[in-house]
Amino acid sequence: MVFREKAEVMDADAMDRALTRIAHEILEANKGAGDIALAGIMTRGVDMANRLAERIARIEGTAVPVGSLDISFYRDDVATRLSPEVHTTDIPYPVEGRTIVLVDDVLYTGRTIRAAMDAIMDYGRPANVQLAVLVDRGHRELPIRADFVGKNVPTSRRERVKVYLDEHDGREAVVILEDDGKGE
Amino acid sequence: MLASRHIMTMDDVTADEIALILETAESFAEVNQRRIKKLPTLRGRTVVNLFFEPSTRTRTSFEIAAKRLSADGINFSASSSATVKGETLRDTAKTLAAMACDLVVVRHKYAGAPQMLAEVMDCSIVNGGDGVHEHPTQALLDLYTMRQALGKLAGLRVGIVGDICHSRVAGSLVPALRKVGATPVVIAPPTLLPARPDVLGAEVMWDLDEALPALDVCYLLRVQFERADAMPFPSNREYASLYGMNLARMAKLPRHAIVMHPGPMNRGVEISADVADSDRSVILEQVESGVAVRMAVMYLLLGGADSGAAA
Repeated sequence: MVFREKAEVMDADAMDRALTRIAHEILEANKGAGDIALAGIMTRGVDMANRLAERIARIEGTAVPVGSLDISFYRDDVATRLSPEVHTTDIPYPVEGRTIVLVDDVLYTGRTIRAAMDAIMDYGRPANVQLAVLVDRGHRELPIRADFVGKNVPTSRRERVKVYLDEHDGREAVVILEDDGKGE
Repeated sequence: MLASRHIMTMDDVTADEIALILETAESFAEVNQRRIKKLPTLRGRTVVNLFFEPSTRTRTSFEIAAKRLSADGINFSASSSATVKGETLRDTAKTLAAMACDLVVVRHKYAGAPQMLAEVMDCSIVNGGDGVHEHPTQALLDLYTMRQALGKLAGLRVGIVGDICHSRVAGSLVPALRKVGATPVVIAPPTLLPARPDVLGAEVMWDLDEALPALDVCYLLRVQFERADAMPFPSNREYASLYGMNLARMAKLPRHAIVMHPGPMNRGVEISADVADSDRSVILEQVESGVAVRMAVMYLLLGGADSGAAA
């Protein structure tokens, strides 16, 4: 399938404001940055986690630790599909008793988050786990919801939501891609 | 995901696939550092270790790898199976196939045993060493260890010293090194080289002392007394004095060079105890890498299998 860009739903300013708001919401919900640690889901979730940590440091003056999670080995579809690229997980803080905020770019079926929860639990027993996403596009297949959402974007299943970040793509935007119907 | 369903020889993997296996292994190495060294990845899959030759490190390594991926591992060893009652390899294979296993690791004294299993079984086959032919996962873990220690593979000059003609380790390592752009050099007395050393595709040298200063890796092979028809050299002492790695020889290696051995070692023959236990020996790192590399091989062979069949 070939996808073409249908609409830009967030530009750089909107993304910046959304991340700043999420940083505030995380601090508000947890009454400060005390026990918080961020865990970004590879790959764009990690960049977003770093950006949230920067903002939290700016607001609160506290450095929250950031880890990166690769969920390839926890996927529920390993038998049918392998991740093209496996990255190494790095959780440089003790998880035990902490508040872990999982960070990802797009929330869709919820299966990635289910895998990420299993992955983080293998490092210890967190006091609680929260979820921050830049975009929630709906179509959940599991009973999972995000605690902090940048923007709710209604989509159809035929569409894709793509988050472009400077770190990877040299562009800051959230766009909806649509199958151009031309097939392979 | 690998193009081949099996890893029976180094011919089954391309240079890109070797890179993928080593990168995946790096992620599994992180898992092996955790307190809970277990992943749910291959839950419900069955891995059979079919070992017709004695083995501790290879069998244990595959067994641990399967367990850490939550696969069910079953060990068949020749001495405790129906083989002692005269069952043929083909019948043993068919019996196991009837029990629907997903991956078989086989070690056998005859070259080609894995290929025979692949003919009668509908599952992935990994060669855990067949006769004097190949031992591909050993070569992969060796590459992984070299890359961890030296930061690269391309351009390395790797001396493989000793019993080349009986070595399935060399049988896989030489082509593996060539695939990744390293230079294999086999260093051995003529009695331990194959009749036609030129077919190896490696540089051939007889004088270890002459070879040492240019090596990045000095890989010592175990002298396989059990496979040799007659003593291939006059005495162990003579072999040690000409081809054994000792402190004096280690000093002739470049300062960055590492010493490797696939184990089990004949201490005092191909390697002296003080070299084996020195900080330039990565022999235990090789064992450690073995688990991660075998996890990567199992993951890449068994994962994504259905889509591979459909595509």
